Amino acid sequence: MAGFLVKRLWQSVVLLIIVSMIGFGVLHLTPGGPLSQYALTPGMTQENMDRIAEQMGLNRPLPIQYLDWAWRLLQGDWGISYRDQQPVLTVIGRHLFATMLLMVSSTVISIAIGTWIGIRGATHRYSTFDYTATVGAMIALSIPTFWFGLVGIYVFSLELGWLPAGNMYTIGNGSVLNYLHHLILPSIVLALVNIAIWSRYMRTATLDVINQDFVKTARAKGVSERRVLMKHVVGNALLPMITLAGMQLPNLLSGALVTETVFTWPGMGRLFLDSLGYNDYPVVMGLLMFSAILVLLGNLIADIVAATIDPRIRLA
Amino acid sequence: MKINDMNRRKALTVLGLAGAAGVISPNLLVSPAFAERPDVPTGQIVIGVSQEPTVFNPLMPRIEVDDGVQLSLFDGLVRINPEGEFIPSLAAEVPTIENGGLSEDGLNWRLKLRDDVTWHDGTPFTAEDVKFTLDLVVDPNFRSWRTTGHNLVRDIEVVSPTEIKWRMEEPFAPYMSILVETMMVPKHILEPLEDRNEAPFNQAPIGTGAFKWGSRRAGDNLELVANPDYFGEGPFVERLIFKYIPDLTILYTQFKSGDIDVISNQYITPDNYAEAQTLAGKQVSVVPSSTVESVFLNNEKPQFQDKAVREAIYAALDKQTIIDALYYGLPSPTESYLPQQSYFYNPDLPKHEYSVEKANTLLDDAGWSRGSDGIREKDGVRLAFSNSTTSGNHLREQAQQFIQQSLGEIGIEMTIENKPPAVMWGEYWSQSQFDSVIVGIVFTTGADADVTVRFSSDAIPAQGGRGSNTGQYKNAEVDALLADAGRIFDQAKRKEIYGRVQEIIREDLPLLPLFQYATVRGHKDGLMGIEPNINTRIDTWNAAQYYWDK
Repeated sequence: MAGFLVKRLWQSVVLLIIVSMIGFGVLHLTPGGPLSQYALTPGMTQENMDRIAEQMGLNRPLPIQYLDWAWRLLQGDWGISYRDQQPVLTVIGRHLFATMLLMVSSTVISIAIGTWIGIRGATHRYSTFDYTATVGAMIALSIPTFWFGLVGIYVFSLELGWLPAGNMYTIGNGSVLNYLHHLILPSIVLALVNIAIWSRYMRTATLDVINQDFVKTARAKGVSERRVLMKHVVGNALLPMITLAGMQLPNLLSGALVTETVFTWPGMGRLFLDSLGYNDYPVVMGLLMFSAILVLLGNLIADIVAATIDPRIRLA
Repeated sequence: MKINDMNRRKALTVLGLAGAAGVISPNLLVSPAFAERPDVPTGQIVIGVSQEPTVFNPLMPRIEVDDGVQLSLFDGLVRINPEGEFIPSLAAEVPTIENGGLSEDGLNWRLKLRDDVTWHDGTPFTAEDVKFTLDLVVDPNFRSWRTTGHNLVRDIEVVSPTEIKWRMEEPFAPYMSILVETMMVPKHILEPLEDRNEAPFNQAPIGTGAFKWGSRRAGDNLELVANPDYFGEGPFVERLIFKYIPDLTILYTQFKSGDIDVISNQYITPDNYAEAQTLAGKQVSVVPSSTVESVFLNNEKPQFQDKAVREAIYAALDKQTIIDALYYGLPSPTESYLPQQSYFYNPDLPKHEYSVEKANTLLDDAGWSRGSDGIREKDGVRLAFSNSTTSGNHLREQAQQFIQQSLGEIGIEMTIENKPPAVMWGEYWSQSQFDSVIVGIVFTTGADADVTVRFSSDAIPAQGGRGSNTGQYKNAEVDALLADAGRIFDQAKRKEIYGRVQEIIREDLPLLPLFQYATVRGHKDGLMGIEPNINTRIDTWNAAQYYWDK
C-alpha cells in the first residue's frame, strides 16, 4: 500500500508539471490578452496599454513568466487575479461554496434516484418501467440543460411563481430556508442529466451481477429476495460505481457552467468562463491546477476505496 | 464652461411637454419629478448588470459597470450633466477664464474646493487629497488607467486646504472632461502603503460619494449603503445593490420576474423591445448611446487605397435594412463618428444614399474591372478582403452576411473571419492586422470631441504611434485641425473645428459609418430619479438621486 502511494504520488507530480506547462503555454500563446478588453475604451491609447502590460509583467519572455509563476506556486502563492484583483485562492474559495452547495444537493438527488431507477430497471428488465426509464434517460441526455433550465424558470417562476427565477439567495435574506428555496430548481435541472447517467450505469452494473453464480447460490440457500437484492446484488453492483463516483469528484467541484449561467449561480463554472473570456491567466491557471489535482485525487481515492471494499483488488 | 447650447435642450423639453408621440429623446425616461422624496434613505434598489464590477480603485483600468459602481462611491472635482454642462462636484466652482480659475492661455489652473466634504471614514477631504490623486495617476509604479492629460500637469501646489493650483506643460482643452472621469482618492489611506496596486483599499474602497462600501459576494452581488453625511443631494435609498447576471436573456428574465429593479448594462436586447413595452409595472424606453457602429477599414491595405472603392462600398451598404431588419429600427443612421446629441455634432454632412448602381458606376469609372470570377481588380489588386468582429455577436454576424451579399453584387468579395473577444481586440486590432472590422466605438471622451488618439497620423500603434488610430488613417489637414482644437478653450471655436474634421472624415471615408446605437432601458414603476446621460458610460451615474415613490 505504501509503495503504491509513493508511486502514485510521484506520477501525479510529473503529470501536474506537464499539465501546468501545456496549460500555461496554450493560454499565453493564444492571441490577445487580458488587456484587450480595454482596447475599445474611449480615449485609450497604445502608450497606456504598453505601460500597463509592462507593469503587469506581461511583456517578459514566456519561459520566464512560467518559471516565475511556478516558483511562486511552490511557495504557496497562487497569484493575484487580473480581473478581480484578489488572491486566486480567495477567488476560487468564494466560488467553491456556491458550486459545492449546488453540486452536493444535485448529486445526492441524482445518485439516490439514479441508483433506484437502475436497479429497478435491471430487476424488471424489459418492463414498461424499464422502457420508460430508458427513453427518459435518452431524452434527458440529449436535451440541453439550458433548455430544461429555461423551461423550468418559465413554468415554475414566471407562470406559477412557486420558485425563484435563479440566484443563490434573495439579497437581504440569508436564511437557510431561502437558500433551500433557491436550490430546488437548479439542483433538479442539473440532476436530470446525472440521473440519466447513473441509472444507465447502475442498470448495466446490476445486470452484470444479477445472474452470477453467487446470487443463484444465495437464492438457492433460501435467502429472501429482498436480502439477495440488497446485500448480494446491489453490494457488488455498486463496486464499479465507486470508480465512477471518484471520476465525478472533479466535476463536482469544477462546476456546472450551463446551469450556473441559467440560474445566475455564482459558482466555479462561471468563474472559469469569466476568467477565460478575460484572459485572467492567474485564475485560469489556478483553476486548471485545482481541477488537475482533483482528478488525480479522485482517482486515487476511488482506487483506495475500491480496494478496501473489495479484498480481491490489491494495490501495488 | 458649457458644452451644450441651451436652446436645443429647451426645444427637447418643450417637445417632451407637448407630448409629441414617437419622439425618441432622453427626456422620455426622466421620471416625473412631482413625487415626494423620502426624508431619510428608504428601501433598496437591485440593479442588474451583465458584466461583473470588480475594479473599485477608481484610478485603475476599468470597464463601464465599474464606472457604474464608482460613480456612487467617489466624486471627481467636476461632473457632467445630461446636457453636457460641467457642474462642480468636489470643486466649489468649475474653473473658467471668466472666474479666474483658468488663465487666458489655458496653462494655469486654480481650483477652489468645497469645505464640507468628508471621506467615508470621517476624515475631512482637502486639497492634499487632490494633489495626491493627480500625482498617483502618473506614478510609474502605479497601474493607472489613462494618463493622457494628467502627464501634462506640473507644479501642483496646495494653496490652502480648500484651494489647489497647477500648471500645464501645454494647453489641453479636453482636460476638463478628463477631470470629470478622475475620481479623487484618499491620501491618508493610500499614501502610507508601499504597493497601491494591491492595496486593501482596492477591495474596500473609501470615497466621498453618496454611498459607502457595504459588502461584496464575488461572482454574485455587491452592496453599497447610504452615506448619511454625503455633501450633495441624496442618497434616498438605504441600499444600492449591483447584481451580476452574465447572460442577457437571463438578465431580461429576471427583470420580467421582478428580481431586479433596474436592468442596467447591457440593457434589454433589441429583440425583446416589443415584448418589454407590454410588461406590467415596468417602464421601458429607448435611449441613444454614444457608440457609433461602422465598417472600420484598415486604410493601409491596398484594396482600400482608392477612394472610389471606399465610396462604392459605402454606397452598397443598405443601412436602413440592417437597422430595420436586424436591430428592430432602434438605432439611427449616421454620417458622423460623433453622437447626434453631442454639442460638437455636425448635422450638415452629406447624406448616405444606398445605390448599387452608383457603386458599380464608381468602380467602373475608377478602372476596377471584373475578372473571370466576377471579382473586380485593378493593377494586380483584387477587390477581396476579410471582415472580422467578435464571434458570437449574432446581430453583427447577420449584418456581415448581408453586407457580404451586397458587396458580391458589385464585384467585391468579402470573407468573414470572426474571432473571440480577447483575440479580436488584442493585437489583431491594436496592431492593425485586420482588413476591415465591424465595430461600435465611442469616439468621445466623456463629452469631449477630441479625437486625436483615433485619427491623428502619429497615433497609429502599428507604425510606432502612441494612440489608437488602428484604421491607420492619415490626413495632414485633420492632424493640424485636431492639434489646434486641443489648445483652444472657446467651445464655439472648437465646435467649428470639429465640424470641419467631421466633414473631412465623411469625405475621406476612412471608416464607413452605419448607425448610432440606442439602448433599451427599463426599471420598475415607482422608481424615480432615473435620468440618462449620454456623457457618461453607464446609466447609474446619478444613483444618489434614485428613490421609491411609495
